[in-house]
Amino acid sequence: MSYQKRVDGRKFDELRPIQAKAGVIERADGSAYFKIGDTVAYAAVYGPRELYPKFLQDPARGILRCNYNMMPFSGSGDRVRPGPNRRAKEISLVTEKSLTAATDLSQFPNSVVDVFIELPQTDAGSRCAGICAASIALADAGITMKDLVAAVSVGRVDDKLVVDLNYAEEAYEDGTVADIPIAMLPSSGEITLLQMDGTLTKEQLLEAFELVKKACLEINEVQRKALKEKYTLERNDTHE
Amino acid sequence: MSELKVEERSIVVPGEILADGMEYLPTKGTYRDGNYIRASRLGLVSVDGKVLKLIPLTGKYFPKRGDVIIGKVIDIMLAGWRIDFNSAYSAMISLKDATTEFIERGADLTRYFNLGDYVIGKITNVTSQNLVDVTTKGPGFRKLVGGRVIEVESSKVPRIVGKQGSMISMIQTLTGCQILVGQNGWVWLQGEPRHEIIAIRTIKKVEQESHLSGLTDAVKAFIDEELKKVQ
Repeated sequence: MSYQKRVDGRKFDELRPIQAKAGVIERADGSAYFKIGDTVAYAAVYGPRELYPKFLQDPARGILRCNYNMMPFSGSGDRVRPGPNRRAKEISLVTEKSLTAATDLSQFPNSVVDVFIELPQTDAGSRCAGICAASIALADAGITMKDLVAAVSVGRVDDKLVVDLNYAEEAYEDGTVADIPIAMLPSSGEITLLQMDGTLTKEQLLEAFELVKKACLEINEVQRKALKEKYTLERNDTHE
Repeated sequence: MSELKVEERSIVVPGEILADGMEYLPTKGTYRDGNYIRASRLGLVSVDGKVLKLIPLTGKYFPKRGDVIIGKVIDIMLAGWRIDFNSAYSAMISLKDATTEFIERGADLTRYFNLGDYVIGKITNVTSQNLVDVTTKGPGFRKLVGGRVIEVESSKVPRIVGKQGSMISMIQTLTGCQILVGQNGWVWLQGEPRHEIIAIRTIKKVEQESHLSGLTDAVKAFIDEELKKVQ
């Protein structure tokens, strides 16, 4: 048997509907909302600001600190115990690495930029949604960066390659599933996050990269629009 | 053939292509990527001949030597005071830069500036590691007593001050408030409480409408209107 039609009726290379908004948290230096399908992420950026304890400081550049947090009832399953767990710590770390590749904090030695990612509702692809939200929030905070980081998962469900798996697909039981979250800088195609869960062939993986590139460009478009909307709106509002 | 890909004064986001070709020169807020020039932060495009620059719309105040700033005392140390001034770093007022008075060894420093006091001073030095020195010695520099401090976007400060201080002196005369604007985006004002509120509203209005022309007249009308309401 093969995977003929996706559970939610999308095309195999189609993303879930995306909504994005910049500047949703008043007191943060930069913030963003990113919704892809039923996965919702908020990101808040604080800084650059002084970093303590002092031994964490890097005199050559500012550092980026990320915190990924899934809210207790965000998933479709049981309540998740709040606070950092092994999974959240790992995702915080890979998020940090994938965003560090795009940002340039050399102007802010000894300082820190804090990124807090909160997920009130998840339906797979949460680390990717978190990265997308965080990069909008970083740009909103005025941080110097090469490009906005776009991230999406790609994977294999049975015999088909699909983009942006939802939870039903991740939990597909009639065949093999592979899930590969990827983050990239859309302008250069550089990959800043690559993880894999499941099995697939080399050829499939190469094909998956091509799919993801197209999807990331699409996401990048949404991210850009969200930022421009915020700043254009601020300007138009006052015309009246 | 080089070609500009965006309009002047349009809003661009990191990674966006600004120009194609080697004839254009990337400067502040932009970088070269092969043939392209891309934006490296969020801002407004400014084109000066072949030179591309971004005017930041958001972000922390970046300390610059010679800037007049308003800061808040956050710590008192052996040889001076530590100041928070809305930037990524804190600044230092050393004993010898604090006042023209002679400060005796072991004197009680809180007599000059206490914790939580606001001061106005000038940045005398910024090092490569962004250690900032501030002096409060000089005409107009002092501890700010009474009044209140509000925060505005530091990139909008030039507009709030106006040409040769025209905007801010107009707000001062009309509302009767005394106003001091720091380059770091902190504004101190003191006057009759009702008028202070009007001055704050006016400053917020200027901050939001900083891109409009003919703002001075609009602001004058706005203050007159508000003043009528409280009388």
